[in-house]
Amino acid sequence: MASGILIRSKTSNGVTLVRASMKHPMETGQRKDSKTGEKIPAHFIQVATFELNGKVIFIANLGPAVSKNPYISFKFKGGNKDDTIKLSWVDNKGKSESGEGKIS
Amino acid sequence: MKRLLLIIMTIAMTAGMVFPIHADPAHDVKVFQDFFKKKFPDVKFDDFGNGVYALDKQLRSEWEITMEFPPFELQLEEGKKLFKTPFKNGKTYASCFKNGGKNIAQNYPYFDVKAGKVKTIELEINECRESNGEKPLEYSKGQIASISAYIHSMANGKRINVQIPDHPAALAAYEKGKQFYYARRGQLNFSCAHCHTSTAGMMIGGNILSTALGQTSHFPAYRSKWGELGTLHRRYNGCNKQVRAKPFKSQSEEYRNLQYFHTYMSNGIPLNAPGTRF
Repeated sequence: MASGILIRSKTSNGVTLVRASMKHPMETGQRKDSKTGEKIPAHFIQVATFELNGKVIFIANLGPAVSKNPYISFKFKGGNKDDTIKLSWVDNKGKSESGEGKIS
Repeated sequence: MKRLLLIIMTIAMTAGMVFPIHADPAHDVKVFQDFFKKKFPDVKFDDFGNGVYALDKQLRSEWEITMEFPPFELQLEEGKKLFKTPFKNGKTYASCFKNGGKNIAQNYPYFDVKAGKVKTIELEINECRESNGEKPLEYSKGQIASISAYIHSMANGKRINVQIPDHPAALAAYEKGKQFYYARRGQLNFSCAHCHTSTAGMMIGGNILSTALGQTSHFPAYRSKWGELGTLHRRYNGCNKQVRAKPFKSQSEEYRNLQYFHTYMSNGIPLNAPGTRF
């Protein structure tokens, strides 16, 4: 698992609950550096994509309004034990990261 | 002969006056804990370590959901990684702590008779860095909080077991901490005890005051206000500011002595670090 991504999912009665958190500064571009007075450039996740066994199941468009280290949680019908949930994100600087977790 | 006896008696009396220590920590802790047991008869002793969540059902249910996916996990992982990363000379933090850092946090803070001061985990982390030729970390938040949280988490479930050796300097440190806890300070003229002993469980602003018993068990803690892990001394700092007193520095003698007293008062409470608080 990548160091900055945590995913945990649990299935019960045919519904899977996915919980994930990503390490990211999520700078809005509005904050100023208290020492130099210069604006801190915007740096935030734009798209977070969740895949179940390689098939996209959930896309979140995030923006500067989302807080630092975003946490996303959602439920979906289906999903079996030991299926793989993959989360990948792309930020406005073009950086990306991904991580995987198995459904328990 | 009579004269000799008189001299001996005078010496004994002066000696007694030079060190007027009447500290009885064992008695203090009993009185302190009995007070809370009596005040909150429905709360189980171990549950005091959960702070306000032991007192309020609504808050507790919210907190339990938070703890299913706690917000500090990424930072705790970072702490684990830092703890295991060797220094330039190849040694790791584990070489500085007894038992490699495992199951030791319940004994902290302790009084180091040789150094003549109270030692906390954060202090020892930095001592460890310095003795291995690394620069000390900044106290109270960031990496030091992550590493300290990891060391604390390795002792989770162990009951706090702070010892106060029968040594004048140790007892003096304990007394100073006790004095800090009960002394009024700041423009609001509050002592720690005003909020966290006598009015614990009551509301202040929109919040419930937690009991002093068990407060130290879950630090370093993640506070929503901070958005990250912070040490106990960072919390002391905030407390002092809230009563409009000038805070002391993290790991200052004052706060270490306070932590010594404060943690000793929670002896027997199981560690549950890091905690999440709002």
